[in-house]
Amino acid sequence: MKFTLSWLKEHLETDATLDQIVERLTMIGLEVEDVTDRAARLAPFKIAKVVSAEQHPNADRLRVLKVDTGSGELLQVVCGAPNARAGLVGVLGKPGDYVPGLDVTLSVGKIRDVESFGMMCSERELELSDEHNGIIDLPEDAPIGMPFAEYMGLGDPVIEIGLTPNRPDCTAVYGIARDLAAAGLGKLKERKHLQIRGSCPCPTNVVLDFGDTPALCKAFGLRLVKGVKNGPSPKWLQDRLVAIGLRPINTLVDITNYMTFDQGRPLHVFDAAKVTGNLVVRRGRAGEEIQGLNGKTYQVDDSICVIADDKGLESLGGILGGEHSGCDETTVDVLIESALWDENGIARTGRKLGVNTDARYRFERGVDPDFMLPGLEMATQMVLDLCGGTPSEVVSVGQVPDTSRIIDFPYREVKRLTGLDLPVPEINLILKSLGFWISGSGETVRVAPPSWRPDIEGKADLAEEVVRIVGLDRVAPTPLPRGGSVGARVLTASQIRRSRARRTLAARGMDEAVTWSFIAKAHAEAFGGGAPELELANPISADMSQMRPSLLPGLIAAAQRNADRGYADVALFEVGQVFLTAREDGQRMVVAGVRRGTAKLAGNGRHWSGSAGSVDVFDAKADAEAVLAAAGAPVDKLQVFTDAPGWLHPGRSGAFKLGPKQTLAVFGEVHPRTLGLMDVAGPLVAFEIYLDAIPEPKAKPTRSKGALDIADLMPVRRDFAFVVDKDLSADKLLKAARGAEKTLIADVNLFDIYEGQGVGDGKKSLAIDVTLQPKDRTLTDEEIDAVAKKIVAAVEKATGGTLRG
Amino acid sequence: MSDIDSLYTEISAAIAAATSEAALEEVRISALGKKGSISEMLKTLGSMSPEERQTKGAAINGLKTRVTDELAARKDVLKEAALEARLASERVDVTLPQRAAPAEMGRIHPIAQVIDELTAIFADMGFSVAEGPDIESDELNFTALNFPLGHPARDMHDTFFFHPDEAGERLLLRTHTSPVQIRTMRSQQPPIRVIIPGRTYRCDSDQTHTPMFHQVEGLVIDKGSHMGHLKWILEEFCKAFFEVKDIKMRFRPSFFPFTEPSMEVDIQCDRSGAEVKFGEGNDWLEILGCGMVHPNVIRNCGLDPDEYQGFAWGMGIDRIAMLKYGMPDLRAFFDADVRWIKHYGFRPLDLPTLFGGLSS
Repeated sequence: MKFTLSWLKEHLETDATLDQIVERLTMIGLEVEDVTDRAARLAPFKIAKVVSAEQHPNADRLRVLKVDTGSGELLQVVCGAPNARAGLVGVLGKPGDYVPGLDVTLSVGKIRDVESFGMMCSERELELSDEHNGIIDLPEDAPIGMPFAEYMGLGDPVIEIGLTPNRPDCTAVYGIARDLAAAGLGKLKERKHLQIRGSCPCPTNVVLDFGDTPALCKAFGLRLVKGVKNGPSPKWLQDRLVAIGLRPINTLVDITNYMTFDQGRPLHVFDAAKVTGNLVVRRGRAGEEIQGLNGKTYQVDDSICVIADDKGLESLGGILGGEHSGCDETTVDVLIESALWDENGIARTGRKLGVNTDARYRFERGVDPDFMLPGLEMATQMVLDLCGGTPSEVVSVGQVPDTSRIIDFPYREVKRLTGLDLPVPEINLILKSLGFWISGSGETVRVAPPSWRPDIEGKADLAEEVVRIVGLDRVAPTPLPRGGSVGARVLTASQIRRSRARRTLAARGMDEAVTWSFIAKAHAEAFGGGAPELELANPISADMSQMRPSLLPGLIAAAQRNADRGYADVALFEVGQVFLTAREDGQRMVVAGVRRGTAKLAGNGRHWSGSAGSVDVFDAKADAEAVLAAAGAPVDKLQVFTDAPGWLHPGRSGAFKLGPKQTLAVFGEVHPRTLGLMDVAGPLVAFEIYLDAIPEPKAKPTRSKGALDIADLMPVRRDFAFVVDKDLSADKLLKAARGAEKTLIADVNLFDIYEGQGVGDGKKSLAIDVTLQPKDRTLTDEEIDAVAKKIVAAVEKATGGTLRG
Repeated sequence: MSDIDSLYTEISAAIAAATSEAALEEVRISALGKKGSISEMLKTLGSMSPEERQTKGAAINGLKTRVTDELAARKDVLKEAALEARLASERVDVTLPQRAAPAEMGRIHPIAQVIDELTAIFADMGFSVAEGPDIESDELNFTALNFPLGHPARDMHDTFFFHPDEAGERLLLRTHTSPVQIRTMRSQQPPIRVIIPGRTYRCDSDQTHTPMFHQVEGLVIDKGSHMGHLKWILEEFCKAFFEVKDIKMRFRPSFFPFTEPSMEVDIQCDRSGAEVKFGEGNDWLEILGCGMVHPNVIRNCGLDPDEYQGFAWGMGIDRIAMLKYGMPDLRAFFDADVRWIKHYGFRPLDLPTLFGGLSS
C-alpha cells in the first residue's frame, strides 16, 4: 500500500514530521517498507535551456549541445535524443549527480572525441515514468536554473507499507490516518457522508442471479450520471496516482482508482452507451470469455462471478472491468458501480485467472460493507465536481450484510495477555478513537467493533488493539519463573540417539549432509519406495515428487555431484526421516552414510605412509557398528545376517540383527544395478541404521558400573588353525571357540585367513589365538591342554573342519 | 723407566686407540684377562719377598686400578659415540605431513549444530524438545491453527499436497512446525514449555527460498504467561544465541492466524560490512514472528482459553544459522557440497553448551 505524505495529511491534521510518522506507522503494525523522497533524490537536477544544437562531427545520431544552466555559463553536452534541439527547455544532470533510473553517477565524459559535461535527462532516467523516447521537454516558460523537483512539485515523499492480511481498513489512506490519529499523531479529519439526490430513476436495472448456488455478490449499487465531460483528470489527482505508481487514464477511471486508495472502496465505471439492457450479476458459464481493461482475455466458469448485459460479459465482478464498456474521452453517460463481493470467491477467481488488481486486493481482504453506498455517493460527488453531469437515483440490490456484533470485554484481559497495567480511560480512549463503541461500566464492558474491522472477533483482538496503539515497547520484559530445581534431562531417547549417531560418524571422518525429503520416483522405487500414497500431487519438479523411503538415494546422488566437481573421495552421512507410509507411524528416523572412492576411516587418497585402497563392505560395517554402539544397541548380542536388501551387492553386504526379524542396520557395497539406475559410478559403500528399531535399554536402578573383576594372574595365549569349507562363516567358528570353555576363555581373535596351496580346493584355513584368563590359580600344562582339546572339539563339531596339522 | 711404567704407557695407548667397544674389550682381556699382562705380573707377587711384595704389589695394584678406570672411562665415551651414531642414522624428516585424524576431518551440518545450540539455551529455561511428523493432516496444519477456509496458504500454490485418499482426505507436507503445538497441547497437560525444531515445506524455490527448510517453534502454555514473559524469553534467547552481551530488539504488531496479539521481531544489527554484526548498528533485521496463542487454538486443543494462556514463536533455523555464521545462500544447505560442509560445518567434539560457550 502506497501513499504520499500530503495525501495522508488530507485526512490527518498533524504537526508530526515524516520520520515520526514513519516510525509510528511501523510501531502500530503498519510496517513501513520504503520511503521515497523524490525531491531529495532529484535535488541536483535543474532546469536548463538548450541554446544551440550542432551535429556531432563523428556520429550521425549525436548532437553537441550548448546548454544554459541559468548561472551564466554555457555547458557543452553530447546528446543522442531525437528531440534535442535549440530552444528546448529540459532537465540537466551534471558530473557528480546520481541518475536513479540508470544507477550511475555522472562524470565528465568524452563521446566520440567530443567532451560532454553533463546529461539532458529523460523521464525514465529520473524514474518519473517509462518514457524514454526523448529527453524531458518542458514548457518554454519553465524557469532556467530552478530545481526540477521543485518545479514539478515532487516534494511529496511516497510511503509504502506492508499490510498484514487482517487489515483491509488500511488499504485506504483514510484508514491509515485513523490509526495514526488513534496513536496520538494528530487528528482525523472525519469524512462527510453525502446524500446526493437523483434527478431520475437509474435507467439500467441490476439483477443478482445466483439461483440456488451461494451468492458471489452480496449487494450492488449503481447510478447513472448523464452528460459528463471526460478528459484528463486535474494535475493534483494525476500527481497522486503517478506518485504511487498508477497511470492516469481519464477523469472517470482516475476517480475510481483514487477512491480505491483513498477510501479503500473499489468502484467500476461503465460507459452507459456501451451497455445494452440491464446488468445481470451471475456465475460465469463455460465457454464465455471477457477481454479485461488490462488487454488480456479470460475464460470464465461457474466458480467465477461476472457482470453481463444483454450482449455479453462486461466485467469480472470485483476484480477487473471489461474493455468493451470501459470509459474513455467519448463517454457522456457513466454508470458508477459500488458493490460487495464474496471474499473467498474473489480470492479463488484471482488465483485461478492469475489476475492481481487493486480491487481484488481489497475485496479478498474484505471492504467495509457499510461504506458501499456512502462510497458510491462520494464517487458521484467527485464525478459531478470534476466532470459535471446529472445524477440519477441509486439502484441498490441485494442485502448489505449486518456485521455488527458485541464482544464482552473484561478490561483485565489486557493485563492478562500483555502484562501491561493500563488505566480504563486510556483503554477506552484507544478503542473509541479506532471507531469501537463501548457501552456499560464496571470491570467488563460491551464493545462493538466498527464495520471496517472484520478481523475483530473477541477480547484477545481488543487487547491487541490496545497494546498495538500504546506501543509494544511499553510491555516490560518479565523473567519467566524458573523451576525450583536443577534442570533434568530434556531430550528423548530417540533425540539422544540421533545426536550420538551424528557425532560418532563425524568423528569417523564423515561429513553430515541434509538432503531433500522428496526424490525422483525411480530412485524411490530402487530403494523399496514409490507408493502412490507418498507421491506429491503438486511437486516442484519430477525429481522431487516422491517421499524418500531411504536416505541413501539422496546421499548417493550427493556423492556423485561431489565427484563431478572433482571430489571423488567423499564420506557423507545424514540423520533424518524416511517415509514407509503416509501415516504418522510410517515416518522413521534413520542414520545412513556412504563412502565413495578411497574415503576410508584412516584417510583417503595417496599418502607417503601408505595409500588408501578402495572403500569396501567392512568400512560400511564398521561405521554401522560404531553407530549402533553409540546409540546404545546391545552390541554383544548383535548377529550378522547376509540377507541384506536388494540395493546392496548380494555377496558383499550384511545386516546387523537381533534375531532374524529385528534388523537394526544394513551395510554393504551398493549393487552395481542400483548404481547404474542412478547413473552414478562407484566404488560406493553404504549403510543404514534404523534407530527406531533399537530396543530401549532397561531402566537401571543405579548408575553404578559394578565392581571391576580382574585377575592378577598372567593370561595364557594359544594359537590354533582350522581347515574349513571355503564358504563357512567365520562367525560360526569364533562362536564355537568362544563357547568351548566359558569360564576360562577371555577372548578369541581371528588373525589369519589362508586359501591356496596346502589346504585343498574349496577349503580355507582360519587361524585364531585364544586368550585364557585363569581366575584363582595358575593353570597347569594339563589343564591348558584340556581346554585346547575342548576348543578343537567344539570348533570341529560346529564347522566340520579339522585342526590344521 | 720401570717395567710397570712402560706397561702402563703401552696399555693406556691401546685403550685410547680402541675405537669400538669390541676393540676395547680386547685391550681389557690382553691386560686384565686370565693371561693378561697385568694378571701375569700379579702372579709374580707370590714368589717375591715380603718387602719386595710390599712395594711392587702396591705398584702393580695401582697399575691395575688405573687401567680399570681408564677402560671404564673409555667404554663410556665409546658407548656415547655409538649412541650418537645410531641416533644420527635414525633421523627421519619430521616435516613429512601425517594423515589427519578422522575426528579432525568430519563435520556436523550447521542445521544440526544450531538445533543443538537452541536446545542448550532452551533446556536451561526448562523447555523440552517436541517433534511431529512431516506428513500432516489439513486439520492439524491449518484448521486447528485457526486458518480460515480459503486462506491462501491452503492453496496448492503454496502447500505440497498428496493425492486424496478414498475418503477424499488430502494429506500434506506441513508448512510450519505449528501442528506440533496442537499435538503437544492435545497430549499433555499444562504447564507446557517446548521448543519444536523440524523440517517444513512450501512450494517455493528461488534465490532465497527452498521447497524444504527448517523451523523452530516455541510454545509456553500455563495459567499466567504473558507478552512480558515472551519478550524476556526472546531477548534472552537472542543474546545467548548470537553470543552478544546486549541486543536491541523491536517488537512490531503483526498478524498470524494462530496468535492474538501477534508480533514480529526485529533485531538491531550492522549490515554495512560483509558480515552482519549484532548488538550494534542502525539496521533492523526481521528475525521471528510470535504472539499469544489464539483463544481458538487453545479451544481447539480442548483447553479453556479463559483458564489457560500462553505464547508461541517461530523462526527459520536455516535463516538464523545464516545470520550467525554468514552463509550467503540457503540453497547450498541442501546441496551436500563437501567444500561447503567443511567450511561451514562444525567439529564433532564441539558440542554446544552454555557453560563452555555455544560456539568457538
